[in-house]
Amino acid sequence: MAGAVLTVEPMAALDTRTDRRPSFVGLLWGSTVGKKTAMAVSGIVMLLYLVVHMLGNLKIFFGAADFDAYAAWLRTIGEPFLHHEWFLWIARVVLVAAVVTHAVAAFQLSRRDIAARPVKYAHKRRRASYATRTMRWGGVILGLFIVWHILDLTTLTVNPHAAAGHPYANVVATFSTWYGDVIYIAAMLALGLHIRHGFWSAAQTLGAGSAARDRVLRTTADALALLLTAGFVSVPVAVMTGLVS
Amino acid sequence: MTASTPHTASTAYTDYATGAPVVDTKAPQGPIAERWDTRRFEAKLVNPANRRKQTVIVVGTGLAGGAAGATLAEQGYRVVQFCYQDSPRRAHSIAAQGGINAAKNYRNDGDSVHRLFYDTVKGGDFRARESNVHRLAQVSVEIIDQCVAQGVPFAREYGGLLDTRSFGGVQVSRTFYARGQTGQQLLLGAYQALSRQIAAGNVEMHPRTEMLDLIVVDGRARGIVARDLVTGRIGTYFADAVVLASGGYGNVFYLSTNAMNSNATAVWRAHRRGAYFANPCFTQIHPTCIPRTGEHQSKLTLMSESLRNDGRIWVPKAKGDARAPRDIPEDERDYYLERIYPSFGNLVPRDIASRAAKNVCDEGRGVGPGGQGVYLDFADAIARMGRKAVEAKYGNLFDMYARITDEDPYEVPMRIYPAVHYTMGGLWVDYDLQTTVPGLFAIGEANFSDHGANRLGASALMQGLADGYFVLPSTINDYLARNPHKDEVGGDHPEAVAAVRETEERLARLLAVDGDRTPDSFHREIGELMWEYCGMARTDAGLRKALARIPEIREEFWRRIKVPGTGEEFNQSLEKANRIVDYLELAELMCLDALHRAESCGGHFREESQTADGEAARRDEAFSYAAAWEFTGTGEAPALHKEDLVFEYVHPTQRSYA
Amino acid sequence: MKLTLRVWRQKNAGAEGAMSTYEVDGIAKDMSFLEMLDTLNESLILSGEDPVAFDHDCREGICGACSLVINGEAHGPERTTTCQLHMRSFSDGDTIDIEPWRASAFPVVKDLVVDRSAFDRIIESGGYITAPTGSAPEAHATAVPKPAADFAFEHAECIGCGACVAACPNGSAMLFTSAKVNHLNVLPQGAPERGSRVLDMVGQMDSEGFGGCTLAGECATACPKGIPLFSITRMNREFVRAARKRG
Repeated sequence: MAGAVLTVEPMAALDTRTDRRPSFVGLLWGSTVGKKTAMAVSGIVMLLYLVVHMLGNLKIFFGAADFDAYAAWLRTIGEPFLHHEWFLWIARVVLVAAVVTHAVAAFQLSRRDIAARPVKYAHKRRRASYATRTMRWGGVILGLFIVWHILDLTTLTVNPHAAAGHPYANVVATFSTWYGDVIYIAAMLALGLHIRHGFWSAAQTLGAGSAARDRVLRTTADALALLLTAGFVSVPVAVMTGLVS
Repeated sequence: MTASTPHTASTAYTDYATGAPVVDTKAPQGPIAERWDTRRFEAKLVNPANRRKQTVIVVGTGLAGGAAGATLAEQGYRVVQFCYQDSPRRAHSIAAQGGINAAKNYRNDGDSVHRLFYDTVKGGDFRARESNVHRLAQVSVEIIDQCVAQGVPFAREYGGLLDTRSFGGVQVSRTFYARGQTGQQLLLGAYQALSRQIAAGNVEMHPRTEMLDLIVVDGRARGIVARDLVTGRIGTYFADAVVLASGGYGNVFYLSTNAMNSNATAVWRAHRRGAYFANPCFTQIHPTCIPRTGEHQSKLTLMSESLRNDGRIWVPKAKGDARAPRDIPEDERDYYLERIYPSFGNLVPRDIASRAAKNVCDEGRGVGPGGQGVYLDFADAIARMGRKAVEAKYGNLFDMYARITDEDPYEVPMRIYPAVHYTMGGLWVDYDLQTTVPGLFAIGEANFSDHGANRLGASALMQGLADGYFVLPSTINDYLARNPHKDEVGGDHPEAVAAVRETEERLARLLAVDGDRTPDSFHREIGELMWEYCGMARTDAGLRKALARIPEIREEFWRRIKVPGTGEEFNQSLEKANRIVDYLELAELMCLDALHRAESCGGHFREESQTADGEAARRDEAFSYAAAWEFTGTGEAPALHKEDLVFEYVHPTQRSYA
Repeated sequence: MKLTLRVWRQKNAGAEGAMSTYEVDGIAKDMSFLEMLDTLNESLILSGEDPVAFDHDCREGICGACSLVINGEAHGPERTTTCQLHMRSFSDGDTIDIEPWRASAFPVVKDLVVDRSAFDRIIESGGYITAPTGSAPEAHATAVPKPAADFAFEHAECIGCGACVAACPNGSAMLFTSAKVNHLNVLPQGAPERGSRVLDMVGQMDSEGFGGCTLAGECATACPKGIPLFSITRMNREFVRAARKRG
């Protein structure tokens, strides 16, 4: 059964006692530990982005003019050194790379993990924390959410208002639909859980954890999860309650 | 040849013949400190280019076997190695707790190679060969260097240097240790060195494969018969020399501190093929083990004897006193060791402490289930040092005790009882560790060398590693150089065919009896008999009783044994039954050896030979020799060959601890 | 005590297996779990049935041979090895499920016996210090700071039982591998092979078909020797360091 996994995703033993080793990237991508490192790094890139994104979102509480101006400003960052929207596109490329790296590594590792434990125990028993056990499905949910989110507020393909250059109105339009609220809030709760285990886990993968530092890391993970979820969810809640309209 | 078939012996087993004495031990002459160098220089060497063509079989992967396999492979030999466990890392050396002795004199407390040599000869009650013991003491210092280089995490002081402690009543601090898991750490070091050679293709490792016979061709050991324990396939393996590192035979007693599957089959089969068995009656009984709780008991667990430094041993004065220990007033307790041995008290040597415990239990004053136990009380120590200090010193042992017995030793006294722990006897070997079968070597606990009639604490690990890392790899060269690889022996050789057939017949017969008793029931029966008559105290009458009984048990075994399943599968009952076949023969030799040695020495106590105050009385004028027994047939009287022991450097004295 | 046992029975590696139910009576609280199984086996032999095969040897908690999943937990409810688990942890009338270690890298040999040779191959790939016999310098030539020695010991305590793999939802061998990497990498004697050791051992671990680590932490909870989860963290750091230097 192990063989079957290996044909799908070759992870041959690194040659023992050899002076010729693959490149740094090759070593990383060629092993489970390295792939986890790639996931940790890409995860942290996305996490940093999310913090900025969440803070930006809060501008909605300052009104349509502020919010729309902020959105327009995003397109001018780096000018005149960078051309109009170049910064945005660079950020998008980096983010797509991070998402793809994260997802492909997760997919490949998950396949391995499932194949490594083909027979379940007859005696069932609850294992690990909820956040840990929901990493895979949570990741899938977030992946689907990103697709919808881009179609909704970037390309405006599925947005009920779909007015280019008027993000405030578009956001309010989305959160004025029941399904918009449900999708968004559900995804943000999944995000919170994902970050809660993911941040701590990434710290371990990158070798930053230790018994002495564990409390700090776990508290930071919980705080990040809570703040990001609360920050993001505050927008649809504000629209629903009429605080933002 | 009828392997292990019951039959009536033509001569009584006790009518053994005395054959020619063993003279050539290959130990060089000259000053004792130079003998090892002399021997190494005299030994012929094998050209490195030719070593690849020479194959050595090593049976066992404990400290001796693991170290030997790794070292021989490093030297360039082709090694084929076997262990019955699923991994070489599980050999029972792993369970040794206390430590390993070495004459490093890091403490500047007057230790030296000569003192370690002296202590070992004296501790062995003058029944070991001086030349071997001296070499052991010399090599001890190299062992520590080797193990540190391998990454063995010995205990260290804050300055980063190695810590040592004094152990087993010696007056110098020469015992190196890794918490209470020294054996584990040393074994993993050897296992890792062996693993490196397996990866390099120099060692062909066969785990879950048990040696069942020795193949001797033209008087030389040329291979073994072994059974793959997973498939049941019986295979033959050939080599230029065979090394047995299969451990001791304490499991003859059923209950011992040995691992459940430790067994005597490799050494006993070698004995049947011509290797002399030396001093089989020399067994060590350790005083501080956790007593058995009932009939179901499958093995015994040892606790470090360091506990005797602070615990006080006692039993009630009255027979059958069933009160809880704390309800027995001070003046109704008998601190018998302190009473009988006022100067040494609870710290008397292992054999004396064990025997005294047996005596009070025989008087009906034992405590716990079946009256087979004595109290080891820490109440005074806790009052004197405080609970914290006791916890720091013995916490892990107390935890272990509490886990097994469900009693809190801080509140109620521990119960302890002696248990079989180590066998000093084993295959007779010369200075080169070669048995009387040319090309067959025995190392570690499997041989009889070095410990005489009693082994000192922390010396088993030292001997296993000395043999495996340093002694055998030097001496085996000489044999291989003088007997260059020439004629190929294969599975079709008549001797190999015969050995395989005998093995197959024996297993088939075990399966065919289809009786009404389990292998364990026989093992328990022979074990109880041996414990009763060939245990801590032995008598002429008792040993004769055992010698009369053993053939009866053997006969009954072959009539009533029940082994389910087949031989062509993973069959643990068959493995067990086959090992018992050999115990039923070895037990007889142990009793005979104990009977013939009408003296007390070390772990061998004959009630007829004691001083006025009940201490062991050695009889050097009659028994200053190692008894090497030659096999002549199942149940047939064996032949005794004596190796006279000459003491040039350590002069025999009678031990006294009163 | 009277107990109902549901035991995984499987004739050999190729055969189908299933849980079989047995009743045992007269079990004493002081028996070890394995002695309870001995009792079952004695009665099975006498009734002409095949006794239950299970690995065991030292029965002192140090050889690492015993390997049972008891009621869904590797080595059962106490934090110890199966051989040191006693029947007083159970109650009269209990039903106990006994299964082998489950992982594709640990195929079942028979009943409750599995093949753990993958662990040996991980050690063979680099879990040693190259120090051929006779080449060692004087033991005190290199002082090892006590904290490093203690750290090494803490990780060297691993008994190679495989409970970490059995407990891990991914069948990962990270805790086992990291214990050895950390034991040797922290010591000055292990420094020259520090990089190649971790790269080679992780490579071998992967090629054996063990799953990856998702830091669920089940391994460290099950470990009878208390190897900490941070052992894995530390190996990850060693790995990235070695990958950067390429060995």
